Amino acid sequence: MFVGSHPRAGRKRPPVRTAGLLLGLVLLLAATALSLAVGTQQIPLHQVWSGLFAPTGTENDAIVRDLRLPRTLTGVAVGAALGLGGGLMQTLTRNPLADPGLLGVNAGAAAAVVTAISVLGITSFTGYLWFALAGAALAATAVQALGGGRYATPVRLALAGTAVNAALFGYVNGLQQWDLGTLDEMRYWAVGTLAKRDADLLLTVLPLLVAGATLALALARPLGALALGDDHARALGTRVRRTRVLSVVAITLLCGGATALCGPIGFVGLMIPHAARAFCGPDPRWLLPYCALYAPVLLLGSDVLGRIVAAPSEIEVGTVTAFLGGLLFIHLVRRRKATRL
Amino acid sequence: MSLLEDRGTAGVVRTGRWSLRYARRTLLTCAVLALLAACTLVLALGTGSYGLTPAEVLDTLAGGGPPGAGFIVTDLRLPRALVALLVGFGMGLAGAVFQSLTRNPLGSPDVIGFGNGASAGALVAIILFDAGGPQTALGAVCGGLATAAAVYLLAWRRGVHGYRLVLVGIGASAVLGSATSFLYVRADIGRAAQAASWMIGSLNARDWTDVRIAALGLVPLVPLVLVYARRLTLLEMGDDTAAALGVPPERSRLVLLCAGTGLTAMAVAAAGPIPFVAMAAPQLARRVTRAAGPNLLPAAWTGALLVSAADLATQRLTGSALLPVGVVTGVAGGAYLAWLLRGERGAGRI
Repeated sequence: MFVGSHPRAGRKRPPVRTAGLLLGLVLLLAATALSLAVGTQQIPLHQVWSGLFAPTGTENDAIVRDLRLPRTLTGVAVGAALGLGGGLMQTLTRNPLADPGLLGVNAGAAAAVVTAISVLGITSFTGYLWFALAGAALAATAVQALGGGRYATPVRLALAGTAVNAALFGYVNGLQQWDLGTLDEMRYWAVGTLAKRDADLLLTVLPLLVAGATLALALARPLGALALGDDHARALGTRVRRTRVLSVVAITLLCGGATALCGPIGFVGLMIPHAARAFCGPDPRWLLPYCALYAPVLLLGSDVLGRIVAAPSEIEVGTVTAFLGGLLFIHLVRRRKATRL
Repeated sequence: MSLLEDRGTAGVVRTGRWSLRYARRTLLTCAVLALLAACTLVLALGTGSYGLTPAEVLDTLAGGGPPGAGFIVTDLRLPRALVALLVGFGMGLAGAVFQSLTRNPLGSPDVIGFGNGASAGALVAIILFDAGGPQTALGAVCGGLATAAAVYLLAWRRGVHGYRLVLVGIGASAVLGSATSFLYVRADIGRAAQAASWMIGSLNARDWTDVRIAALGLVPLVPLVLVYARRLTLLEMGDDTAAALGVPPERSRLVLLCAGTGLTAMAVAAAGPIPFVAMAAPQLARRVTRAAGPNLLPAAWTGALLVSAADLATQRLTGSALLPVGVVTGVAGGAYLAWLLRGERGAGRI
């Protein structure tokens, strides 16, 4: 019995599940259009269109092309990465409370980046990108060990992740206080945001994210076998150890890359797999594509919401996702025996 | 008529109807910790840009001392040092109560949202009502208690179990954290700066008002918690056992939760959310006393010593009074977690 599965989950016939994927694609396009149109300056959709495909150099064209397009594309890439990362984590650990933000992975990447910038004086994005990956991997390992290693339970892991997050964010905040010169650049690492990111950075990270996503989707089948338990999986010809190691590599690439780009964004990887599982069932071959499509919808939607609610300024997207995700988290804990796995 | 008995590692004082049993090692631990905390206090009063010998410090406190020292010691340094002691004491005690209730060494009030609730309340006071010290404290207490009530009710399903309390608290912590960020984004720049320095946990520029706030919180709550200490020990054995031994589990839990929240809110109001003290103090104390049970008083004294020492280190290492003490305890908290990792792994106690 896969925890987190809906009573009727997985009963949906393949055509219905495919329709769900198509719906996700439509919603993603709608969220992209919204993200390009909404902001301090509202731009009508036909102007967004002409700004993208037939620019005439007006102010609105500049806003769409130079500010909102990179931001939106970043949102799509990072959203997909976090959704896949969360789906992988929940499937791999069979822990319905797993999320890269909650379990310290994003905070680890952020702390490593801040160290690289502030202590080692590395300012090039390619330079600190590797630190982000190393930090993500280290934090994930530390949380797993703190949570009890092989005897980890969801509650212990959640606690361990929260504690590691507290330590790492304390460190990040401390360095920012210490190093006021970089405060404005670094404020960004305490809470995730899609603002102020240009296309070059996205292109730098994109290969990593694509590699992570490809790996994740390739692992869908063996992960599904792992859900039956190690012995069954072996009997079906799955290489258990290799699958686990490669999953951790994929999680590191996805979450480390996403955090290097946007700072730590939590709860996207928690919310989306749950919503998806209720519709398409626990099979990773369906679940992971759903995560990859619907997570960017949530991230872009949260980003737009943050622009609307706090206009004329904006709320960072990480704050919005934490608010929504926290509420969902409480609901999950109340609803089911999330701790009995 | 009092009578001292000797029972191995414990002693008993009896007078007529009443008797008090105490563990000798625990008592000794508290005494040593209190002495160390007093030494830290004297050091904090005597060091800095205007140096005094410990003897001069004691003289000054007694009303004598070198000319001009009175103002520096009693008006500038003493409030800060006292707030550190009181806040640490409250945090250590609250941490011991929460860890015992959640039966988890990581189940401290700052991890499970209660600290965040107090912070949110205080920020509402600072940003929306432009409050000074006492009003901010009131805001923190209201925020902390409201959070505690919400978490308790949300975690309630035929009783509140430790683990559900912890998980609901983590969720509440995220929601409150983003509410605080939202307030922060909407605030004007002056108040945002005030809020930012306060958010990390700082003992900078504390005066006698803050001392009074902290003391007011401790005076009613510490005795209350100590009276309930026995029940806490029985609750650790499980609800059924506790009920069979005459302790109403849910009601005792509620009282202890409120008291622990009050202590946390008081500490947050006086010094901002200083991280990790509430988490580390009870565990350190437990290892020194080697006693079972929540170890309330040793944990409280350990907390007092931790915050005082961290604040002293912050001031002396950086040569300024400006770096928030929260930074030091945050980094130390990371080291503490690593140590916990080494010691408790496989023991399955986290």
